[in-house]
Amino acid sequence: MRLEGARVEENRLLAPEHRRMVLHAPDIATSAAPGQFVHLRVHDSLHPLLRRPFSVARRDVTAGTLTLIYRVVGEGTARLADRRPGDRMDVLGPLGRGFRMLPGKIPLLVGGGVGIAPLIFLAEEARRTGRQVELLAGARTAALLVGEEDLREFGVECCPATDDGSRGYRGPVTGLVAGRLDGRAVYASGPPAMLRQVQLLAESVPAQLCIEGVMACGVGACLGCSCRTRDGGRRLVCTDGPVFDAHEVSLDG
Amino acid sequence: MADLAVNLAGIRLRNPVLAASGTFGYGREYAAVVPLDRIGGIITKGTSLEPWPGNPPPRTAETAAGMLNAIGLENPGLKHLVEVDLPWLAGQGATVVVNVVGRTVDEYAAVAEVLDGQPRVAGLELNVSCPNVDKGGMAFGVNPESTYALVRAVRRRTRHPLLVKLSPNVTDIVRIAEQARDAGADGLSAVNTLVGMAIDIERRRPVLGNVTGGLSGPAIKPMALAAVWRLARVGLPILGGGGISVWRDAVEFLLAGATAVAIGTATFVRPRAMLEIAEGLEEYLLCQGIERISDLVGAANPGARAG
Ligand SMILES: Cc1cc2nc3c(=O)[nH]c(=O)nc-3n(C[C@H](O)[C@H](O)[C@H](O)COP(=O)(O)OP(=O)(O)OC[C@H]3O[C@@H](n4cnc5c(N)ncnc54)[C@H](O)[C@@H]3O)c2cc1C
Ligand SMILES: Cc1cc2nc3c(=O)[nH]c(=O)nc-3n(C[C@H](O)[C@H](O)[C@H](O)COP(=O)(O)O)c2cc1C
Ligand code: FES
Repeated sequence: MRLEGARVEENRLLAPEHRRMVLHAPDIATSAAPGQFVHLRVHDSLHPLLRRPFSVARRDVTAGTLTLIYRVVGEGTARLADRRPGDRMDVLGPLGRGFRMLPGKIPLLVGGGVGIAPLIFLAEEARRTGRQVELLAGARTAALLVGEEDLREFGVECCPATDDGSRGYRGPVTGLVAGRLDGRAVYASGPPAMLRQVQLLAESVPAQLCIEGVMACGVGACLGCSCRTRDGGRRLVCTDGPVFDAHEVSLDG
Repeated sequence: MADLAVNLAGIRLRNPVLAASGTFGYGREYAAVVPLDRIGGIITKGTSLEPWPGNPPPRTAETAAGMLNAIGLENPGLKHLVEVDLPWLAGQGATVVVNVVGRTVDEYAAVAEVLDGQPRVAGLELNVSCPNVDKGGMAFGVNPESTYALVRAVRRRTRHPLLVKLSPNVTDIVRIAEQARDAGADGLSAVNTLVGMAIDIERRRPVLGNVTGGLSGPAIKPMALAAVWRLARVGLPILGGGGISVWRDAVEFLLAGATAVAIGTATFVRPRAMLEIAEGLEEYLLCQGIERISDLVGAANPGARAG
């Protein structure tokens, strides 16, 4: 875990409300792993006060950069959207426990909306180590299927699903999951409803879920991001996760 | 070189900047960016006799220039503190104050008794002010009689310097503080969080799982500062805090009558806030030509009685 004064290198619109940010933060870039996140101070003012967590979507060790893909949903992400190349931003990371790639199983990646971000990093690492990867990506509509440009750079094509049928399968991305589970290990990231569905479908295969929680510190110090395990135990999303074994974690708070 | 060392109610501190209870875990969490031998000290998460599970999520919510928390004093219990955390903290050269909680007077007293034999503990902070649990915590600290009885019982079981952490959720904080003093407290810690809440207007229900929580951060600073100002006449040394984010805030608390300051929410925002504040204090002393930080304590407050 490092605290770096990162320089913004890029912050551009990818799709309505979706942006891609590249940060120069060499120490964090070097040590990041797929599924880990960074905790950003989006602005130096008192509002919004707390940091905001974002998954690492890509990293480039040579260039010393981190890429984030984010959706503007409120005050903090709106402030983030205002940052310009050359601006400095305080970045804490890499944080949390990421995906643990299981040997001997073909990875099946399932992403919903902006939740695809950590899966891009995972897909890139899988390719780098010579593995075959399948990636299913869901969004409300074709224009919101983000991340494909990045995936193509290392030769991964995703299999799309859209709620309105404007591209690929019509319906939730989980509709593509059943029937593809044989010999696979599932790695999923997306909204809670999608993750719950994946949890049900992947009952009989290994599966890991990248979940979100409300965070203050991001490092395990405040105990604010507590979530439940199926056997009634408690875990912290920021340090025990954000990636959990699907058979261990409960998504009901 | 300016001298930042202070003696807070018998607790020797290398500088007057401490990590507030519940915002710095047990030191490990931030150790990669905050060396524990460079801050004044760490006040642990509220520690109970047995492990406590805490409240249902969501446990935190952001508000204007502040945040609400309703953690519910989740902690792994006294045994874990003694066997795992205290040895580790000692290895880091940290000065450790243990924040003590319980549901009953006996539970508080039992924790104090076990810790009495612990040379690795520099002092105790008695939490009679947590707003997020049904039994214990603030239930004691909003009432002068129960404050007196609790402090008295704990005082009998410990020779460690004893700070009593006060709640701002009372009509007359000075009256509660006087009871703590008369029952044998060595110092006061002020303030804990203010009761507050937020409502999600889309889902039409409270944001926090616990409905209400404790408000902390810059939003509470003026209130906390006024509390320290008033408490300075009680005649006990004060650990001041509530909303401190930069060194200037810390100077205000010292001038009002605090001997040392506790930093909480600011650490979430800027993990190195405590180090920056300690450096800022040192520069302030040099610029003002003041030799010792203790010369600032209560310097703006004619009503302050030396602790
Ligand atoms: C480990 C982790 C990784 C994340 N990775 C990404 C990422 O790669 N890209 C991305 O766009 N977002 C990501 N998020 C979510 C992102 O942190 C939030 O969208 C952001 O903090 C919202 O800040 P805001 O001030 O704009 O919105 P706020 O004003 O705080 O909230 C606006 C709305 O968004 C909802 N919201 C806020 N925070 C969260 C959250 N943590 N989870 C779900 N809903 C939330 C609120 O309930 C509210 O309805 C991640 C969250 C976590 C915990
Ligand atoms: C997440 C969180 C957890 C806390 N836990 C405790 C606790 O266990 N015991 C306690 O006495 N105070 C606890 N507090 C209160 C702080 O120690 C401090 O008194 C308060 O937050 C005001 O200071 P601040 O504005 O600098 O944060 C907690 C505060 C926060 C934000
Ligand atoms: S966000 Fe503070 S413990 Fe996880």
